[in-house]
Amino acid sequence: MWEQIRSNVTRSIFIIVLMGALLLAIGYFIGFYLIGSAVAGLVIALIIWIIMSLVGYFQGGSILLGVSGARKISKQDYPQLFDVIEEMKIASNLPAMPDIYIIDDQALNAFSTGRDPAHASVAITSGLLQKLNRDELQGVMGHEVGHIKNRDILLMSMASVLLGSIVILAWIATRSLFFAGASPGGGRGRRGSGDGGGGIQIILVLIGLVLTILAPIFAQLMYFALSRRREYLADASSALYTRYPEGLALALEKLEVSPAPVKKVNKATAPMYIVNPFRKNNQSREAASPFGTHPPTADRIRILRAMGGNSYVDYEKAYEQVHRGQGIVPKSALSTGQTAT
Amino acid sequence: MIALWIVLGIIVLLLFFFIAIYNGLVGLRNQVKNAWAQIDVQLKRRYDLIPNLVETVKGYAKHEREVFEQVTVARTAAQGAANAGPAARGQAEGGLSQALGRLFAVAEAYPELKANQNFLALQEELTSTENKISFSRQFYNDTVLRYNNQTQMFPSNIVAGMAGFKASEFFEVTVPEEKNPVKVSFT
Repeated sequence: MWEQIRSNVTRSIFIIVLMGALLLAIGYFIGFYLIGSAVAGLVIALIIWIIMSLVGYFQGGSILLGVSGARKISKQDYPQLFDVIEEMKIASNLPAMPDIYIIDDQALNAFSTGRDPAHASVAITSGLLQKLNRDELQGVMGHEVGHIKNRDILLMSMASVLLGSIVILAWIATRSLFFAGASPGGGRGRRGSGDGGGGIQIILVLIGLVLTILAPIFAQLMYFALSRRREYLADASSALYTRYPEGLALALEKLEVSPAPVKKVNKATAPMYIVNPFRKNNQSREAASPFGTHPPTADRIRILRAMGGNSYVDYEKAYEQVHRGQGIVPKSALSTGQTAT
Repeated sequence: MIALWIVLGIIVLLLFFFIAIYNGLVGLRNQVKNAWAQIDVQLKRRYDLIPNLVETVKGYAKHEREVFEQVTVARTAAQGAANAGPAARGQAEGGLSQALGRLFAVAEAYPELKANQNFLALQEELTSTENKISFSRQFYNDTVLRYNNQTQMFPSNIVAGMAGFKASEFFEVTVPEEKNPVKVSFT
């Protein structure tokens, strides 16, 4: 089962590298056509990436918690919540107890964040805390601790930093191209690019332009694909730690029927939550779409219920069983499915 | 001359393999010890909680003397086995789990007791401790499994045999009648 986690990580890193390559490609394009030096563009992209990664690494958790309006609690405030998380800490052998936060919101959701298993935080909305019984709470916390243990928290903050950098650079590029085209200084970059044939050059410019415009969308799709992969694995981890997949399944059922969306959330933080905080009521019944941050909740419940045991192998078997039964699995879902192996 | 170097090279290579396997085994054995220490912490926590719980229940259910005695006896027996191996200890703890299960079953019959804040807090504390025992047991047994596999599989079993690494015992809480530990549900 450890090999499975590792191969999952390998695939996730592949996506991250792809996103990094996309970012550098935009930097290259901006440098080539706007500044006149591709290397300068690359360096600028790299610097933005590094600065944002450093901020994300050291401050990502506290920024996310601050944005969601979370407040830290201690054992005296919510003994049961604290106990349940401590139990999951023991089951997963985390090196340290994660910080626990409450978000005062009637919406039902939870997320985890941080930089590594020793510096992690778990947040839960007060609405969800009220709605769940102990077993269900345990399932949800098993899922969140799974994210921490599988190091998804760092992976997702690094990916969201990349996504943010790509969006910023693409925005700069399209803006300056627009103004460059309108002003006399617009030809500067193209002159600097050498004296190649005009036809090829125009094609290259067009490719670069299309790439830059589409980059944010590509990056977002990759980010979401990454998120979906990690959700299945965290579900499997929850079952492994609690040895009671039904607990998480029951909790997901409650989450699914809840209509209230989380208030303080945006597109970048959405994949961090246990279920998609933007979802409409019936959305979770749809098949997995490349635009979804999460796998369909109904699908996750069905897999958990089909598990014969509690190990990763059992989860993988259940996943295959559920998805063969459906028979209408889109390609994107199949590729994410392999991660659960 | 070349043959000598080849032989020497093979010896060095074997030595490296030996060191790597040996260190791996030591790491695993320490993990087993550490996992066992975690179980121990939780078991001791349970011993500490019991007198308080018994006192609280006594305040409302004076006539259930038999159950109180069972719990106290089981607790003493479990504490007596505190330095025994995992297998022997598992049996003593099983008896205690069973006695506690009876105590909570008795408590069900006293609505006033069930409304007592102190009792509720103790109940949550004890439920959590029971869960922590079983979760640390899961982790301990998984670690023992990995360690035992290493001591028994080829080629690490050769190193384990030479350096005296012995297989560890699993920790199973065996209740005389039923096999499940007390599951206190309060929904």
